[in-house]
Amino acid sequence: MQSRALSKALKSGAIWGFILLELVFFSVAGDFMSVTEKAFMDWQNMLLLLKQSAPIGIIAIGMTLIMVNGNIDLSVGATYAIAAMVLLDSMTWPIFAGLGDWVIPVSWLLALSVGTLLGALNGLVVWKTGVDAFIVTLGSMLGYRGIVFMFNGENPTSHLNWTLVDFAEAQFLGLHTATWFLLGVTLAIWFLMTKTVHGRNAYAIGDNRDAAVNAGIRVGPHMMINFAIIGFLAALSAVVFYSESGSVNPNDGQLYELWVITAVVLGGTKITGGAGSVIGTFGGVIAIQLLRKGLGHIGADTSTVNLVIGLILIAVLFLDRQLNIKGKEELKL
Amino acid sequence: MATSNKEQIGRVLAKQGILIAFAVFMIAFTIANPKFLTVDNVFSVLRSSAILGVMALGVTFVVISGNLDLSVGSMMSFSAIVVLDLHDKMGPLLAIPAMFAMTLLLGAVIGYLVGYLKLNSLIVTLGMLSAIHGLTLTYSGGKNMDIADKESTWFGIFGQGTALGIPVPILIFLGLAALLGVALARTPFGRKVYAVGGNGTAATFSGIRRARTVFTCYLLSSACVATAGLIQASRSMGSQNTVGQGLELEVLAAIILGGASLLGGSGTIFKTVIGVLILGFIQNGLLLMGLQFYVQFVVTSVIIILAVWLDIAAKRGKLWSSIA
Repeated sequence: MQSRALSKALKSGAIWGFILLELVFFSVAGDFMSVTEKAFMDWQNMLLLLKQSAPIGIIAIGMTLIMVNGNIDLSVGATYAIAAMVLLDSMTWPIFAGLGDWVIPVSWLLALSVGTLLGALNGLVVWKTGVDAFIVTLGSMLGYRGIVFMFNGENPTSHLNWTLVDFAEAQFLGLHTATWFLLGVTLAIWFLMTKTVHGRNAYAIGDNRDAAVNAGIRVGPHMMINFAIIGFLAALSAVVFYSESGSVNPNDGQLYELWVITAVVLGGTKITGGAGSVIGTFGGVIAIQLLRKGLGHIGADTSTVNLVIGLILIAVLFLDRQLNIKGKEELKL
Repeated sequence: MATSNKEQIGRVLAKQGILIAFAVFMIAFTIANPKFLTVDNVFSVLRSSAILGVMALGVTFVVISGNLDLSVGSMMSFSAIVVLDLHDKMGPLLAIPAMFAMTLLLGAVIGYLVGYLKLNSLIVTLGMLSAIHGLTLTYSGGKNMDIADKESTWFGIFGQGTALGIPVPILIFLGLAALLGVALARTPFGRKVYAVGGNGTAATFSGIRRARTVFTCYLLSSACVATAGLIQASRSMGSQNTVGQGLELEVLAAIILGGASLLGGSGTIFKTVIGVLILGFIQNGLLLMGLQFYVQFVVTSVIIILAVWLDIAAKRGKLWSSIA
């Protein structure tokens, strides 16, 4: 019994221990190998790190909900690009010309609704056809990407609205706008998953779907709501990022799904569903961003980042399995 | 009587649905554009599908054994870069086996992790996707790789040559398909792959070494990837670091389109070839109709979901799922 509690504590604490390790390592290594004079643990640097975590982080928080359900969503990168496209393009539409800066909330609303709808469409197809979410979202990943290209061909869509840029670059209590969105989303989904019936159902469905059905949970609508949520969050992530950058390429957001899933798995969510936490995912997002920034700080290039993250992902999976075996008499197969 | 007839039709449709869809497709495109079904056009479709096809053959084994492989795209970039680099250093005769050895080593690592350590294949190969991409970038220093002297080497035959009037990539693809098709359908190894994917526990209890079978599947997959990388490198005599990016999902799309279940235990090489051809011909047909390449994305996505939906709808005898 005690060993199980220990292993649980070890598992939920592991990601934070890892973050601590990264901080210490990059601070020490940075003193010897850094390309700049600045310390790694610089306050401004850490604030920037949080801001840069936001695009992947906001989606990853939503993906936690999906993966706890036992599903997966591969289309988030394409949804992200569509929402960005809608956001920037709609600000130039003639019908909104008379709105002045009031076009901003309208465009935001449009982009967020499009994301929510696309997510809900995924959920509806998963629900009504019974096709596995992996296949449905693999398909819609292609389809949604096709729609992105239909917008403007292979050209980038650009529109800079300075009011919007000012808003996105603002700092409130020291934190950037994007960071506030990341924290807000984390808090909201944490509340949803731990304090509400919907959240409890999410775990129940992921743990044992048949049992959940027998307990009277309506699995179909539940999953559809979750897909709508991740669609909304993918759009929100795009809205936050592109308000500042003002230009979107049709290939933007590609491979985001892989980064997001990596963050969620690092945070301890089980790919088969039923277990995982938003706080863990938040840790996973920070750990990845620290690694990217830290390796850059000590002068390593992007190739090393890819290599290290891939190996860490596999190592985490291995350690997780070792921890699970301990204390359990495993059937020898 | 009427119902049993209906059931029979349903069963035939379920079993051969993808073939029928393929036939309808081909006829429709041929009527729409007479250029569609000419030897030149068919060759050009086959040649451009060959790389994807060769990779899909290997991944079919992995999928039937109940696992996934998301690393094939970046592994293909790796093998293309390596063989091009080694070509200038030690000549094609040594470069090709050296590249195969290195790619097989990567496959063996994945096979060990998934087969013997029983780690989740989705995550392992996701990690390897990233790790191998990093390895490739480190190896090449981030630069494109080119063969210095393109004129005086026979290295181009795998991608550009023809034999008996047929382009070599097509011959490699169809030859490998025949070979692996026999291996999967007619050998004890093939039966083990189905057994492990269908019911791993039952397979273990009937004396099949699950770990070894899975390991071999990944080894086979990486051998196919190495072949695809060879064709790719030889076709363009140069390569970017990201040449295979995104192919892993296209490969899966082709396999799913062919009707294999991602849960394992079902699928055939023939069906995968059909899946690859459907993807290739759709792309080509839409291009001939003057549509942009991205329209093909949308059409493909609808077809993938429809194909899988109709497949399972026929199996459960109901169009809509019973999820409450």
